Amino acid sequence: MLEIAVVSGKGGTGKTSVTAAFATLAKSKVLADCDVDAPDLHLILKPEIKQTSEFYGMKRAYIRLDDCTWCGICREYCRFDAISEDYVVDPIACDGCELCYHLCPEKAIDLKPTLSGHWYVAKSRFGTFVYGMLEIGEENSGKLVTVIRKQGLFLAQKEGADYLLVDGPPGTGCPVNSTLSGLKYAFVVAEPTQSGLHDLGRIIDLMEHFSVYPLVIVNKFDLNESVSRKIEEYVKKRGATVLGKIPFDPAVTESMTQGLSVIEFGSSPASKAIEEIWRKFEKGLTATPL
Amino acid sequence: MDGAAVADEAAGAEAGVPDSEMKISVASGKGGTGKTFVSTSLALSIDKELVFLDLDVEEPNAHIFIKPEFHEENDVGIPVPRVDYERCDFCGVCQEVCAYNAIFAFPNTRKVVVFDELCKGCGACIVLCPQKALYEVPRPVGKMRHGRNGKIEFYDGKLNTGEINTTYMITHIQKQVKEANLVIVDSPPGTSCPMIQAIKGSDFVILVTEPTPFGLFDLSLAYEVVKKMGIPAGIVINRYGIGDDRVEKFAEERKIPILLKIPFSKEIARYYSEGIPIVQVEERWKEEFRSVFEKVNQILEGKNA
Repeated sequence: MLEIAVVSGKGGTGKTSVTAAFATLAKSKVLADCDVDAPDLHLILKPEIKQTSEFYGMKRAYIRLDDCTWCGICREYCRFDAISEDYVVDPIACDGCELCYHLCPEKAIDLKPTLSGHWYVAKSRFGTFVYGMLEIGEENSGKLVTVIRKQGLFLAQKEGADYLLVDGPPGTGCPVNSTLSGLKYAFVVAEPTQSGLHDLGRIIDLMEHFSVYPLVIVNKFDLNESVSRKIEEYVKKRGATVLGKIPFDPAVTESMTQGLSVIEFGSSPASKAIEEIWRKFEKGLTATPL
Repeated sequence: MDGAAVADEAAGAEAGVPDSEMKISVASGKGGTGKTFVSTSLALSIDKELVFLDLDVEEPNAHIFIKPEFHEENDVGIPVPRVDYERCDFCGVCQEVCAYNAIFAFPNTRKVVVFDELCKGCGACIVLCPQKALYEVPRPVGKMRHGRNGKIEFYDGKLNTGEINTTYMITHIQKQVKEANLVIVDSPPGTSCPMIQAIKGSDFVILVTEPTPFGLFDLSLAYEVVKKMGIPAGIVINRYGIGDDRVEKFAEERKIPILLKIPFSKEIARYYSEGIPIVQVEERWKEEFRSVFEKVNQILEGKNA
């Protein structure tokens, strides 16, 4: 069983469309969506939820105003500026450091774990699907990602699947770290723009940091062929591989609008390119056994 | 204040130009919808002194379009604890109070170990150490840059590779702005802490989306956030013409003003991909973005009236 993620650095390069296409092509797999901030894969998979679990993040401070004497010690020491003039803790600013709890002379501060999100085990037409979603304004997305990956790995092993295919979050921050750590390979979907090139550099840095080998896919490569070439040269220079290129194709958005993967939608330039990429990937796997 | 200044101010007030600070944030639930395209186009179209903050510190790209000349670049550091072994008696209070499991005391080997990358710089161990045996040193989490291009004063930040203190970095950059009549913020994507910290205190949020199911779903999440925060919002639909009309229906049902529709065009995509601001190529787009700014002003005036 191989766990492989689709990441991008820059958002909106086509991670989820590519993941959905791979999900159609891979024969035996479990799917996971680790973009817990703005998950989209479920819009294509239309999963039937089998099991819902609550996710509790860090503890936060709550001041019992009945016992508070407004001495101001908590406000003075809080480095997150999380306590208002009327001694209400701003749950977004509070980082759960617990310093105020320790300092309060009246012991008027409680620590309560917050319901930070939910995660789901579901069935879809492509197989088992694990995904989650943070409550608005919650942190600790990395922890929820870890929970989802663990569950995905467990189910993939239980089902004897060939792959755990993970749709990753954008960026290079905490949830991306949690998605990449311990992986052998990840697909990186890049777009041929200056911003795309810039962010590709950052995600490759991060992957180097975690020793994950980047398999780069240039999406909408024909929107700017000269930047696409720059990306190919850059990837080569970084000692990584360009697995393939996908042309700009209205069929990608069209299929998404209908809730289908671009492969299900029927033969199109993009679907052909993605089939070719997947074939190349699987061939590469058999050539270099894992 | 002399007479001329008073007159200017009166004229400004008449024309509906706010004389107090105004902060407009450009955000989106989904990444890659064109936040940076919209925020930089807006900044480059308004002929005003303004401060531009690129708070997408994981993937800062606004500099590609604003092209500022940087005159300052500093490490941004989080304070992490170090041990004064002359004073430490290995009592273990630091370890007990640390909510992030970033510090451990080993009385047997007489050592205190700090995991810097887990430390959030809250100061709990420092304040609560009975022996006052801990002090702080800054640990760089990224770099902040400060520059200018014409009337645009520009700040951005870039987190170091593998760094998780996104919100800390954002707050640090926000603190640099002491005085400004107009602030434009390029927010990180998503709806979690970094995005909320970035748009905090905004007078208006422009939500950039695309007319696809993914765009709509992520827009609905981002709209929940701004609604919860009580900030008025408007929508810019990018790549208009692809996908379907569900985003427009969503806006209509919730009475969210659509400020601009940017048609999908390979030409715009091409200029963007080269890092060339479209508003500097086509005067028409400059007008379009100016009108977005005017619409925002009108909405805010209506709210204040």
